[in-house]
Amino acid sequence: MTDDRKLRVSKIRNGTVIDHIAGGQALNVLAILGIDGTSGESVSVAMNMPSDRLGKKDIVKVEGRELSQNEVDVLSLIAPAASINIVRDYEVVEKHRVERPEVVVGVLECPNHNCITTEDEPVESRFAVVDDGVRCEYCDTIIRNDLPAHILAD
Amino acid sequence: MRHDHIISAKQLTRADIEEVLDHAADIAEDPGAYADRHADTLLGMLFFEPSTRTKMSFTTAMKRLGGDIVDMGSVESSSVKKGESLADTVRVVEGYADALVLRHPMEGSSKMASEFVDVPLVNAGDGAGQHPTQTLLDLYTIRENAGFDDLTIGIMGDLKYGRTVHSLAHALTNVDAHQHFISPESLKLPRSVRYDLHQEGADVREHTELDDILPELDVLYVTRIQRERFPDESEYREVAGQYQIDGETLDVAKDDLTVMHPLPRVDEIAHEVDDTDHAKYFQQAHNGVPVRMALLDLLLGGESER
Repeated sequence: MTDDRKLRVSKIRNGTVIDHIAGGQALNVLAILGIDGTSGESVSVAMNMPSDRLGKKDIVKVEGRELSQNEVDVLSLIAPAASINIVRDYEVVEKHRVERPEVVVGVLECPNHNCITTEDEPVESRFAVVDDGVRCEYCDTIIRNDLPAHILAD
Repeated sequence: MRHDHIISAKQLTRADIEEVLDHAADIAEDPGAYADRHADTLLGMLFFEPSTRTKMSFTTAMKRLGGDIVDMGSVESSSVKKGESLADTVRVVEGYADALVLRHPMEGSSKMASEFVDVPLVNAGDGAGQHPTQTLLDLYTIRENAGFDDLTIGIMGDLKYGRTVHSLAHALTNVDAHQHFISPESLKLPRSVRYDLHQEGADVREHTELDDILPELDVLYVTRIQRERFPDESEYREVAGQYQIDGETLDVAKDDLTVMHPLPRVDEIAHEVDDTDHAKYFQQAHNGVPVRMALLDLLLGGESER
């Protein structure tokens, strides 16, 4: 029996299903997506479900929203095995695995308060993806842990 | 020179370094031959932080090449005081000058500024980040005195915030150098520099005591421990004294040890060392002119004679 047949989470009509998130990371995925429950989006979360591939996995279903490439890029850093399913009218119309990008632009805020990207300058933050984290391409600061804490506010 | 801008020592290959150093050596040998090399060329000086040596040596270098400078002046007297962004400032000044030199208190400032201009931009120090032209003159001085082959160098002091240290450490991965870093625990190399040195496979060791390594060194590069970085004055006092060198300290050093310092010094090197053959820090400062002449000449389209 596959994982999916074991699951009993209701289908969504339009939106995104993020599957194969490592167990326990779903709340960080929500943080990356800026979902804190206040904006009225309908969200389903399943945590620590049995998974053949991951042992335990989390699933997030977001009604009425398709993820941007930037969001997928950052998501890939904390959930490298995740798959993204775009759903329209109850049908999965796109399905793909996340891929670690070489850079993430305009998504994370540099934690170095003396980095020029934290000033009021016409420049977007730009982080190179390195082996075990990301690195600011302006000041070289490396972030290894707690990436969601550095996501830029909208 | 294949670079449009000089932002970080990390961008400099061994070939780039040797091109600048060889050209600087030619210039030092016959500076008069370059006196009209860049007549009518203007260098825009954008110093958002106080600077004496770096600013004066860039000014001297440009004038010795026959050109001149246009100087933004102090931040207090400039449009920056009115809230102008750095991106706007450099875009305006590139209309006045053929190349720009930027010193700014924030890390990454030169990289960002270079993205807004078409004229060559040289980083003259960005916060605690990089100071690549200091590194080129440091390397020139090292090559003159100790060579690049099987070099054992100790770099001591504030390794965490010292931009000259960060640049030099990166550049030394291009030569056959064994790098020893000596500092208090609280001022060790930042994570990003360690990462690069590790990636480059550099031979690096860290120490808290100079005595552990001094007898093996060909070069000792001393930097100021910056009192203002310590949250507690007593913590500063505890470590500062450990990193002073005087004539007695150097008794165990090799006879031909080269002692360097990017200056200004406070009390890291006793004045009695100045009169020894070890002291090369004033020579190092003077080397800033031919090295910066060479770099500007190459960036402005000159060619090395070699």
